[in-house]
Amino acid sequence: MTSSTRNNQAALPASDAAPDEVVIDCRVEKIFYGNFLAVRDSHLPILKNRITGFIGPSGCGKSTVLKSINRMNDLVRNFRFYGHIHFEGQDLYDKKVDPVTVRRHIGMVFQQPNPFSMSIYENVAFGLRLNRYRGDYDARVEEALRRAALWDEVKDKLRNNGMSLSGGQQQRLCIARAIATRPPVLLMDEPCSALDPIATRQVEELMVELKKDYTLVIVTHNMQQAQRVADRTAFFSVDITRGGRTGYLVEMGETTELFANPGEELTREYLSGQFS
Amino acid sequence: MASPETDRKAGAGGSICRPPTAADRLADRVFRGLTCAFAWLTLLLIGYIVWRIGGTALPAMKRLGIGFLTGTTWDPNQQKYGILPEIWGTLYSSLLALSIGGFFGVAIAIFLSEDFLPDRIRVVLKATVELLAAIPSVVYGLWGIYILIPMIRPLANWLHVHLGWLPFFSTSLTGPGMFPAALVLSIMILPTVAAISQDALGAIPARTREAAFGLGATRWETILRVLLPTASRGIFSALVLGFGRALGETMALAMLIGNSNRLTLSLFSPADTLAALLALNFPEASNLEVGVLMYAAVILLTITLLVNIAGEMIISFSARPGGGRS
Ligand SMILES: Nc1ncnc2c1ncn2[C@@H]1O[C@H](COP(=O)(O)OP(=O)(O)O)[C@@H](O)[C@H]1O
Ligand SMILES: [Mg+2]
Repeated sequence: MTSSTRNNQAALPASDAAPDEVVIDCRVEKIFYGNFLAVRDSHLPILKNRITGFIGPSGCGKSTVLKSINRMNDLVRNFRFYGHIHFEGQDLYDKKVDPVTVRRHIGMVFQQPNPFSMSIYENVAFGLRLNRYRGDYDARVEEALRRAALWDEVKDKLRNNGMSLSGGQQQRLCIARAIATRPPVLLMDEPCSALDPIATRQVEELMVELKKDYTLVIVTHNMQQAQRVADRTAFFSVDITRGGRTGYLVEMGETTELFANPGEELTREYLSGQFS
Repeated sequence: MASPETDRKAGAGGSICRPPTAADRLADRVFRGLTCAFAWLTLLLIGYIVWRIGGTALPAMKRLGIGFLTGTTWDPNQQKYGILPEIWGTLYSSLLALSIGGFFGVAIAIFLSEDFLPDRIRVVLKATVELLAAIPSVVYGLWGIYILIPMIRPLANWLHVHLGWLPFFSTSLTGPGMFPAALVLSIMILPTVAAISQDALGAIPARTREAAFGLGATRWETILRVLLPTASRGIFSALVLGFGRALGETMALAMLIGNSNRLTLSLFSPADTLAALLALNFPEASNLEVGVLMYAAVILLTITLLVNIAGEMIISFSARPGGGRS
């Protein structure tokens, strides 16, 4: 089906880079919101220069785990994380680690496009200014916009407000903003759910393009999307046996393998649509 | 109303959808007519007030001409009238109040809208700031005379002694004066500025904050680089409104500013404003002087109007930076 695109583009970097190098080793023991146990026991190794997809029914904790990786969840009152996430030789949940620094190294793209109400240029330059970049801003902004496949559409109106773009353009602007500082890892939480099919396709192509230089983790509720873009897929489910609604990782593996031969009955049911 | 028969006619689905009745339409039309009438009535009222004031002021306008605006003496015995010191005092006191009250008002708005505080304390603090708006102006005046002035006098005189070469500190504070008046005025406009700025900050969607934090901005950077620019139009409106309020404020200023028509930069010297001039001179005004005071009132009205129009214009100009949507 889509294996041709995947193989052509995926094959190169995967064989170039050290095979299967784990950039983020995410070991969730328990994640709480207040007293509510949202996610338990999930081990998710994230491989370098690959796209890892998180799939599963809604409410199973995909976003929760994703936002734990760059410590966005620290902004939620009552959020508690038990476990370890190793990144560049450090435990991100070590007391000495500053969440702000983590977020500068692990970028994020959100479900709803959220450009700032400032010019397109300033949107992209925002991260550069935050990191006190002393270099050629114009070049960096152009490069980020090119990589986000937005440059041709906006190069004549960089001074226009970012909010004036269409939804799909806004989302690509947000991607440009996130990659302008070249963080090694990019997290995307259902980045296409607010987009039409054409914009979705553009963003998907962009993700595949980006993995040459970045490691991507995307949450998607769309099975086809997972198959089109993700090299590896993690399937989450909700455990309602113990009274709560606790999400957990059912299984994780190469996408083609997971979809062709799911190891668990639960995965098979979900993938064949017998489960919501 | 709906008989069983009409129910049946409505169709097998039992749909109860129907067009608005004649009464609904009539009510709608009457309501719209009324609101329209009231809107025009307000305009008419403003027009009438301006017309009457202008009419009363006309003889004085003809006699004194433009020299009224540039003259610096006010002497009813010699029939010499000039309001330059009052125009200056009005603008100076309001600008001072705007810079102090504006700064603290916006700071409070940030503090109250960016969850620095537990919810309960925040609600109390917010109510307290709003309460400042409920204090009558004459009470502010009394507080200023008996508490504030004695309190700031040592500091003012220290500044005069040590930095007296600066025009701002060129006189000592002996009693009422520009600085205490401006301080009280800034407290009076603070609730306005704080409330409207808070609305502007509160209207920023949560995902904008998320975006900033997601890029690794600290809270301070988020506020300074994203939230304030995003809310800048609303905050600017808040400042314009506060400024307008300061220009027209009368009672507290009449009590605190010293009512002396001097043209000075000194913060500690007594001064005067248009509103205070009007309030203090009406009781003893002769027929002719009433016209003069009306002339001054027209000037005050013009200033407030110009400030508001200029504010509106700046706001609508900045509404679409580079053709942006929102
Ligand atoms: N900020 C929050 N406060 C409390 N509970 C939350 C919060 N965010 C998510 N949850 C709960 O955690 C569970 C997992 O949510 P989420 O990670 O958003 O799921 P998904 O992204 O897979 O749909 C849900 O039951 C949800 O209600
Ligand atoms: Mg989600």
